[in-house]
Amino acid sequence: MTSPTTSSSERLSRSREPLDVPEPRGKRPLDALRTFGAPVVAVAIFVTAWQLLVVSGWRPDYLLPGPADVSERLGTILVDPEFWPALARTLSRAVVGFSVAVLIGTAIGLAAAGSRLLRASIGSLITGLQTMPSVVWFPLAILLLGLGEQAITMVVVLGAAPSIANGVLSGVDQLPPAYFRLGRVLGARRARLYRHIVIPGALPAYVAGLNQGWAFAWRSLMAGELLVLIPGASGLGNRLAFSQEFGDATGLLAHMIVILVIGMIADRLFSAWSLHLRRGRGLAADR
Amino acid sequence: MTTTQPVVPLAHGAVRLRGVRKVFGGRSAAVTVLQDLDLDVAPGEFLAVVGGSGCGKSTLLSLVAGLTDPTSGTLEVGGKVALMFQEATLLPWLTAARNVELALELQGVGRSERRDRARHLLGRVRLGRYAEKRPHELSGGMRQRVALARVLAQDAAVVCMDEPLGALDALTRDQMHDLVEDIWLESRFTVLFVTHNVREAVRLADRAILMGGRPGRVVDDHPNPMPRPRVMDSPAVATRAGTLTQSLKEEVASHDQSDYFVI
Ligand SMILES: Nc1ncnc2c1ncn2[C@@H]1O[C@H](COP(=O)(O)OP(=O)(O)OP(=O)(O)O)[C@@H](O)[C@H]1O
Ligand SMILES: [Mg+2]
Repeated sequence: MTSPTTSSSERLSRSREPLDVPEPRGKRPLDALRTFGAPVVAVAIFVTAWQLLVVSGWRPDYLLPGPADVSERLGTILVDPEFWPALARTLSRAVVGFSVAVLIGTAIGLAAAGSRLLRASIGSLITGLQTMPSVVWFPLAILLLGLGEQAITMVVVLGAAPSIANGVLSGVDQLPPAYFRLGRVLGARRARLYRHIVIPGALPAYVAGLNQGWAFAWRSLMAGELLVLIPGASGLGNRLAFSQEFGDATGLLAHMIVILVIGMIADRLFSAWSLHLRRGRGLAADR
Repeated sequence: MTTTQPVVPLAHGAVRLRGVRKVFGGRSAAVTVLQDLDLDVAPGEFLAVVGGSGCGKSTLLSLVAGLTDPTSGTLEVGGKVALMFQEATLLPWLTAARNVELALELQGVGRSERRDRARHLLGRVRLGRYAEKRPHELSGGMRQRVALARVLAQDAAVVCMDEPLGALDALTRDQMHDLVEDIWLESRFTVLFVTHNVREAVRLADRAILMGGRPGRVVDDHPNPMPRPRVMDSPAVATRAGTLTQSLKEEVASHDQSDYFVI
């Protein structure tokens, strides 16, 4: 081996910084407009179409009230002392059911991702469950658990868990094989491979699964509340059903808007989380 | 492995392969990728591995790094091995510093110590100012330097590099040559450096081995006693690279040409 003619410290000092310095990127002011502007336009289009339908006289006013009447009713609903407990009840059912689904779906997804045998057997089962409308479970749930909270929770969980498990599985499947090689080179095996590489790597797909799982949970819950009335414990869905029974079209539409808004807020939250993750990894497209 | 215990234990940083054979795929689809491969690498040596595409260079490194086992023959490595790929394979959800820290964390280094050491290592690859950047905010050359810092964090006796600079432009690659050489001169780990670029082999290595394909083995050995630092574009490097290219071409031409592609 030859000895160096230049000492390495000398060499280091004469080396220059590379020319390729990434451009600093600031916050884009248009982002805020995009986030809040798009929903405003959507609402405007929707309200206009609705108003046109009412004006056309397709159905009488008492069956199809206009946006003005409904928003006025919305105002009175929001001060109705029975509305808030019903909203709270519905939201807590959703949160409880979704949380249980997250626990079960994640556990099943991780177990299936870690074992080839489980993967083969459970994978198709999950897909099968996903194709089935969760409302179909209600008769069985009521038969098994009685007409009560537990039946609702069961159906919400069955609706949401498959999507969440699927999110875990697709997240693990999409990991580049190079990550696993890297894990081996760095000496990360089993639990540590999962903790440092597999789980964080699968996170974006997992969040997409959570988002879809939430949507299914919310749908299942609304179907459940339309079908199952627990005396003294009515939720938003039950109030929707009452409005229909009493022929109160304005109240019905007002409650539908509340349900829509809750769904949209939840979707925004998941989308924001997903965008945050993808931006952090340089996966979100810069538009 | 049909390992017969060595009489003399291998020195730290040394690599020894004897009659190594590697077969991929079972029964009907078996492909012998390496055959009768003998190789000795001295501690602290910078060895370049050149050869036609598909002759088994990456397979050789995978064996040395312990990613796969030889089908037969003996393979001994004196100490820990780190492996660097053509793509940096940094984890995109971690900052540059956290990518380096991960290698330390997996060796059980405590939190505050690994933070300091990661900073220090990023400084050594002259990326101190970019410690908090995510991989997508760095250029290809910078990412490869983070990967180099991570390799250093592994504190390995033998460092395998599989075309680590293959995806970089000429200018960045020249800078990386200086950097890799400086770091190697300071740390004196053993390097197995796979490259398609014969000049790069002459620029960096103490010795270049030429691998022949179908099945892969060492066909030629070119010691390179030129003084350092060497300049990539100098006539001396060009002359020596010419000799190496000549034997590479002869080796490749001696096989079915359609199977190979030499740059
Ligand atoms: N896991 C594998 N299973 C089957 N065949 C493989 C596998 N890995 C490599 N091979 C085969 O072994 C041969 C050598 O592959 P290897 O990647 O080691 O070549 P290489 O010299 O690194 O080529 P290159 O210069 O193009 O990177 C190739 O013919 C390849 O098809
Ligand atoms: Mg290769």
